[in-house]
Amino acid sequence: MQTQEQIETLKNSVQDLLNEAKKQGATAAEAGLSVDDGLSVSARLGEVETVEYHCDQGLGVTVYFGQRKGSASSNDLSPESLRETVSAACSIARHTSEDPYAGLPEAGLLAKEFPDLELNHPWGLSAEQAIEYAMQCENAAREFDPAISNSDGANLNSHQSIRVFGNSLGFLHGYPSTRHSLSCSVLAGQGEKMQRDYWYTLSRNADDLESPVQVGQKAAERTVKRLGARPLGSRQCPVLFSAEVASSLFGSLVGALSGGNLYRKSTFLLDSLDQQILPEFVRIHEQPLLPAALGSASYDAEGVATRAHDLVTEGIVRSYVLSSYSARKLGLKTTGNAGGVHNLIIEPGDLGYAGLLREMGTGLLVTELMGQGVNMVTGDYSRGASGFWVENGEILFPVEEITIAGNLKEIFKHIVAIANDVDYRSNIRTGSVLIAQMAIAGEA
Amino acid sequence: MSVLEQVSQSLLHPQGLQHQDIEQVMNHLLSVPADLADIYFQSTHFESWQLEDGIIKQGSHSIETGAGIRVVAGEKTGFAYSDRLELPILLEAAANVKAIIRQGQSRQIKVLAKNDSTSLYAPVNPLASMADDEKVAFLKTIEQETRQLDPRIEEVMISLVGVYENILIASQDGSLKADIRPLVRFNVTVIMAQDGRRESGSMGGGGRSDYSYFMQQDQAMAFAREAVRQAQVSLEAVEAPAGTMTVVLGPGWPGILLHEAIGHGLEGDFNRKGTSAFSGRIGEKVASDLCTVVDDGTLAGRRGSLNIDDEGVASENTVLIEKGILKGYMQDKLNARLMGVASTGNGRRESYAHLPLPRMTNTYMLPGPHQPDDIIASVKNGLYARNFGGGQVDITSGKFVFSASEAYLIENGRITRPVKGATLIGNGPDVLTRVSMVGSDLELDSGVGTCGKEGQSVPVGVGQPTLKIDSLTVGGTQLA
Repeated sequence: MQTQEQIETLKNSVQDLLNEAKKQGATAAEAGLSVDDGLSVSARLGEVETVEYHCDQGLGVTVYFGQRKGSASSNDLSPESLRETVSAACSIARHTSEDPYAGLPEAGLLAKEFPDLELNHPWGLSAEQAIEYAMQCENAAREFDPAISNSDGANLNSHQSIRVFGNSLGFLHGYPSTRHSLSCSVLAGQGEKMQRDYWYTLSRNADDLESPVQVGQKAAERTVKRLGARPLGSRQCPVLFSAEVASSLFGSLVGALSGGNLYRKSTFLLDSLDQQILPEFVRIHEQPLLPAALGSASYDAEGVATRAHDLVTEGIVRSYVLSSYSARKLGLKTTGNAGGVHNLIIEPGDLGYAGLLREMGTGLLVTELMGQGVNMVTGDYSRGASGFWVENGEILFPVEEITIAGNLKEIFKHIVAIANDVDYRSNIRTGSVLIAQMAIAGEA
Repeated sequence: MSVLEQVSQSLLHPQGLQHQDIEQVMNHLLSVPADLADIYFQSTHFESWQLEDGIIKQGSHSIETGAGIRVVAGEKTGFAYSDRLELPILLEAAANVKAIIRQGQSRQIKVLAKNDSTSLYAPVNPLASMADDEKVAFLKTIEQETRQLDPRIEEVMISLVGVYENILIASQDGSLKADIRPLVRFNVTVIMAQDGRRESGSMGGGGRSDYSYFMQQDQAMAFAREAVRQAQVSLEAVEAPAGTMTVVLGPGWPGILLHEAIGHGLEGDFNRKGTSAFSGRIGEKVASDLCTVVDDGTLAGRRGSLNIDDEGVASENTVLIEKGILKGYMQDKLNARLMGVASTGNGRRESYAHLPLPRMTNTYMLPGPHQPDDIIASVKNGLYARNFGGGQVDITSGKFVFSASEAYLIENGRITRPVKGATLIGNGPDVLTRVSMVGSDLELDSGVGTCGKEGQSVPVGVGQPTLKIDSLTVGGTQLA
């Protein structure tokens, strides 16, 4: 079926769900349908390892009986299942409590314009071609350096999904989008000295992916660099988060500024609106309408129009991250962030990666983090890390089996600089981040 | 009615499928020379109820049904799945999947219904075990009683989750096996504030049972009291130490140490590929003589237990480490076959839409000779870690972390001040060689564990007695 036709069919089903909800007595409802199709192949040691055909579909409906709410979902899109799912949601709504803040968003805030965000770029890849790319990638990794001793293989994924969402205020929209990725993971060294690392490329358009050979070679290069890693004795020192791990810091920031944690008082950034929490040079903004970007969307998970806006300027919190529900709980207005942020941009500075290493001089470069270790209520931060010890801006040796610790409030305040080596593979776009000082623990 | 009949009736018959249809799909798959082939049918009913701000804020319900079709030749796997259980769709999926194998001698199988295996849990539907009114009233009662426990409580969040899963597995050896798996979980989180400081405490548990599990012996309130106690302790906690020191781990959930440091590294796939720090080390000493570690899927009613795994193999109690010597790996069918051993019943998958992998069930260390008090008393300066959050491991380098959420300083053989949460980091292949005392107080966790691997989540259990590790890195902020 053609994509556009399929969207129309799914729109009809969403309308059926909404009609059914009304028929069963709901005063308001919202419903979503999704269909995902994809191919995933892996190759290891020059042979195909797995070929997986993916095909997922799902429907979800939320009904309101006045201020009471119930939700249900199913992966069966048949008319009978539609009715049963609505009925399950209604049955739940009979048992939940009156919640004065529950309900659909204000009608005036729903998206009315749907610009083409260029999210849909089907690859049309056959399983044979996919295997060929995965093999090229893995071969390039294994041939890169004689120290490469084993492989976890290369994996190619290509997926298309169609999402349709509607509510009883008359909102009804659907769009297709694609995601393609290629990853590779190899090992170097033997026995107790063995190390592993990986690299991946991810994009909505296959033309924007790094080549299989590039991905394989980067994976191999990263792995070989880790050989000979050792712990570091405990100390206080500057810490540089490379771009691919720095996004997790800002992920925690988004979590701490999100409505759910704010109204539950389970965030270390409670009452932080208009407060300075980062150095003056830091600007963080959301750009939901960037063409072909991973996080782009013209409306959020409840149909509210997204908009470009600042979360932080001059280091000061200008906006929380809110849905209609959390906004009502806090006496504020939704920021179009039901379901999360859409392309969070950490404005880069002037320095490149090498420049930031020189700026640090002597300290720890972190390239991998392990474990959860972040307490959202207090901001206490303690995670496993590996990376490199740096002196005078030069990498001296790889480091492993250490922890880095501090409190996120302090960590954010002590950001020294943000580099311009932005990692575009994430919904949170940041370059490498230098922190003035953290506590390192390890065996000397 | 047997479990197989029951599952066939609920999973196949409404879709108009009979056992002979499964036979037809299997024969279609086996028109190529496959080493392994299976068809996995599954239906999952899920519900959750959430209380927050003193009201039942959310409830949700979901049903998922589907079938996964797999064929394996050597190290190659072809896989497809469908959420529509219709014969033509299953046949088409089978045709796609078998394309991975070159043509060759075909086989015919006859699906024979086998007897049910042991029953470690009752084939009950937790969702139907209590009226919705009663579930809601239960949560409200627990909330009100919890709020009475401490005036500093600001928020109470409670969740109740039930899962009812039916699975049916047809394999190329002609076997047809079924399982009915209930799973329930209850969780309480509290936020407490004092003098502008805010801390949380969280506790939960459950198992393969229905909701009556939480009504017995005041179980739900016991979780609530424990959540409040943890928050109370956290309000007093000072900065955690940073550096390498003696660490005593409490019994029960701290067994996540074994899951991360040892367990993942002993899963068959990594060892077959030679990518684990434990590869090729069977028979070697990897722990002190005091350490015997098992993975046991046969414990009645536990969260990680299974009558049969997701490849239809009966669960086992597998010895991983015996008195310090590495004894064996955990295997699924594919990796067992390639390594020339038998499956240990550890082939698990998140759902029909995922491929089986060797996974843990309930992983724990057997009790040792020492009194827990003597273990604490033997430590001059160190850390006593009683509760943990999650963990992670790099199975190749062997480095693992697990994050303490409740810990205390040990000073001169006595537990003194509580310290803030901190991540502990170590090296899997040698951390257990540093175990110098093992308590007699084996405890299993309360039933909250979920393990992630290659994007797939499965419920697991852990356990251990009190353990003394002579040297482990503690990731606090206070440098010595």
